[in-house]
Amino acid sequence: MKRAVKNIYMGLLLVFLYAPILVMIVLSFNSGKSRGNITGFSFRWYIELFQNEQILQALYNTIVIAVLAALLATAIGTLASVGIYALKRKPQALVLNITYLPIVNPEIVTGISLMILYLFMQLELGFFTMLLSHIAFNIPYVIFSVLPRLRQMDSNLYEAALDLGASPLYALRKVILPEIMPGVVTGALMAFTMSIDDFIISYFTSSGVQNLSIYVYSSAKRGIEPTVYALSTLMFVTVLTLLLILNRRSARERSAAKV
Amino acid sequence: MKKIMSVALCLAMVLSIALLSAGCGSSQPTISVYNWGEYIDMDVLKQFEEETGIRVKYDTFGSNEEMYTKIKSGGGKYDVLIPSDYMIERLIQNDMLHELNYDNIPNAKYIMEKFRDSAFDPGNKHSIPYMWGTVGILYNKTMVNGEIDSWSALFDEQYAKKILMYDSARDSLMVGLRQNGYDINSRDEQELAEATQTLIDQKPLVLAYVMDEVKDKMIQGEAALALVYSGYVIDAIEENSDLAYCLPKEGSNVWMDSMVIPATSENPELAEKFIDFMCRPDIALKNIEYVAYSTPNQGTYDLFDDSMKNNPVAYPSDEELARCTFFHDLGDYNEKYDEAWLKVKTSN
Amino acid sequence: MKFKTRFFAYPYLIWMVIFTLAPIALIVYYAFTDKSGAFTLANLTSALDPAYMGVLWRSVGLAFLCTVICLVLAYPAAYILSRRKNGGVLSVLFMLPMWMNFLLRTYSWMTLLENTGLINTLLQAMGLSTVTFLYNANAVLLGMVYNYLPFMILPILTALQKIDHSYIEAAQDLGASPARVFLKVILPMSVPGIISGVTMVFMPAVTTFVISRLLGGSHFMLFGDLIEQQFLTSGNWNLGSMMSLFMMAIMLVSMAIMNRFGGDTEGRGLI
Repeated sequence: MKRAVKNIYMGLLLVFLYAPILVMIVLSFNSGKSRGNITGFSFRWYIELFQNEQILQALYNTIVIAVLAALLATAIGTLASVGIYALKRKPQALVLNITYLPIVNPEIVTGISLMILYLFMQLELGFFTMLLSHIAFNIPYVIFSVLPRLRQMDSNLYEAALDLGASPLYALRKVILPEIMPGVVTGALMAFTMSIDDFIISYFTSSGVQNLSIYVYSSAKRGIEPTVYALSTLMFVTVLTLLLILNRRSARERSAAKV
Repeated sequence: MKKIMSVALCLAMVLSIALLSAGCGSSQPTISVYNWGEYIDMDVLKQFEEETGIRVKYDTFGSNEEMYTKIKSGGGKYDVLIPSDYMIERLIQNDMLHELNYDNIPNAKYIMEKFRDSAFDPGNKHSIPYMWGTVGILYNKTMVNGEIDSWSALFDEQYAKKILMYDSARDSLMVGLRQNGYDINSRDEQELAEATQTLIDQKPLVLAYVMDEVKDKMIQGEAALALVYSGYVIDAIEENSDLAYCLPKEGSNVWMDSMVIPATSENPELAEKFIDFMCRPDIALKNIEYVAYSTPNQGTYDLFDDSMKNNPVAYPSDEELARCTFFHDLGDYNEKYDEAWLKVKTSN
Repeated sequence: MKFKTRFFAYPYLIWMVIFTLAPIALIVYYAFTDKSGAFTLANLTSALDPAYMGVLWRSVGLAFLCTVICLVLAYPAAYILSRRKNGGVLSVLFMLPMWMNFLLRTYSWMTLLENTGLINTLLQAMGLSTVTFLYNANAVLLGMVYNYLPFMILPILTALQKIDHSYIEAAQDLGASPARVFLKVILPMSVPGIISGVTMVFMPAVTTFVISRLLGGSHFMLFGDLIEQQFLTSGNWNLGSMMSLFMMAIMLVSMAIMNRFGGDTEGRGLI
């Protein structure tokens, strides 16, 4: 009974989260162009998708930037969290308050102020500046995912390791990192998510490089073509499949461990 | 951890170096074009590259103001821009445009006479028209009573909550001003205040203030009437034959998106070559078929079949057109319009 | 000099000065100057306009509601996930929808909620009358909850996963009821996660834009829309910057409030 309630609750939440995705999938197979008219089944938009170099290039840019930005932000952010955690109370509060700012700042403000900064630094706007910006707005999400884990950690462990002669780096790797790993993964996941969907900041801090969001927003003027729905469907199915495989594998590993 | 980081850092470096070298390494002449999204047939760019050997870097924007923000702050170095009328006027006033050398643009001769001396760029010294259109009412014949021929329809209580307005200060206030019989470029506080009040009174009748999604909503029959750019209309009627377009008898706004070269361009000759290419009737035809707005190019117009030539939505009669006015850049007075529009949107 | 743990933070501190503080210094500069670059307080008085303040309070109110709803929805979900062995993989399932483009997702909500939309078509087919879902505060709220829910689930889940089960078992062995175990053991130990989640939902929710335009039909302008308009449409960066400073002020105030409510449970630092 309790289990059923739990499953129903999770099911409803997932329906809520996936309802719009389902709409996209349906629209990607719609033969017509308009969001409003379901006119029949067709693969038309999938065929057009693979002929549309602009979208494919945008997809490539989006993924490369999201992966790189998430990796680098996770590395910098995790190290930073450990360091910040070791700071004294006052400086820690100060650093954390500043770290909040990119989260609270409206994207448009972050985007334009970073653009001015790059122009001031004489950096040519492009792929590299877009990457820098993504790392910049990702780091806070990593820090705020990792810090709760650090807070819950038994700090004696780390100190014990140091007392026993471990170098801070060694202790970080062998003691802290395994403890905070779920937080690190969450942080990386959030960073990737923020990055893959960002429009405004990317728009202002780059030029000549389009990611998917920029493509979608600028094509909204004439109505969004279902090709992007087709792309979203493919992305979604790919990730979902990967996820299921991963789940199967971890389940098998667990049952193997039991034996 | 260290390993992951060093690997990631290396990756980033390799990638940025690869990208930098890709950017600088090629000696091929390149121009950058900055245009509205979905406002060109991408094959045209390919054809240009093949015919001339000039590479095209292509960027898009979603609004004139977005483009202006980027250009003004030096954020984008472009050779060709395609903004709208009033924005071109602002760019000219700020000395941000290159004066065109018509010797390099022989195909400019195809531009229709009536668009050669625009109010926003006298003598077209800086701009060559690309596409144009009007602003009017798109309505659903099954949801309205009688013929729609006036802005008053947007203020008619029988259509309460069936009206879509456009979420833009200039376009909406244009309607408010015309409804009161004033000039759409008015700089009179009293006139603007009246127009604002008209729109505030209209607010309870408005279903939503929309933007690009207006086309889909009208196709679905979500509303009876909507303020739209004529460019949406042909596509929309194709999807839903109950829809019709009206260019109100009180007169409206006609707009023009034109090609210009920013003063910062390092390759104005190549940019002119590109503009010339875009004026070639067969090329302009490809673009107009893709975008479905109205062409200012006589050579292209002559290639149309009769049904297109006589399409009243895309090509209103000269008499109708005479009632329409271009927007002018209002300079400092823009703020007043923005304030007025905020007043409408924040009123309850 | 001996290596100290806090040195790990130094690369980030340098980064922070360049990529967080320098841009904010720019915003402060714009907020207190006019178009010619001279010092002025005019932006402050313009920003204090009652119409703008009304929009600001509405945004804060909606963001607050959104945060509460997200918390109420997310906590049980995170709790259930934390008890499952494959919770980690499943949690990605909650993040996955966010990888699809935001504009497309919001358009999809319109397709669902419109008067001629999918839900109303279904209702009609069942012989029920149509309901107007769109263009009111609830629609905006729905859009916001939809977009920020995963950012509440994940941090809480991370915190719950870390709880040592022996505490829970000990409490049970000592005869605590399940409700008591939850209130006295699990909930307090997950507070850092809750605080992280609240931050990651409330702050961005105040400055959200586009949602109010698409789902609220611009009838419900939010502060994020206002700031965006200053930068993009009106081209008044100075006023826009001043408005952003307002946002930062709100953030500082809400942080201070949050600290009172238990950010200090472990006697260390903020959040």
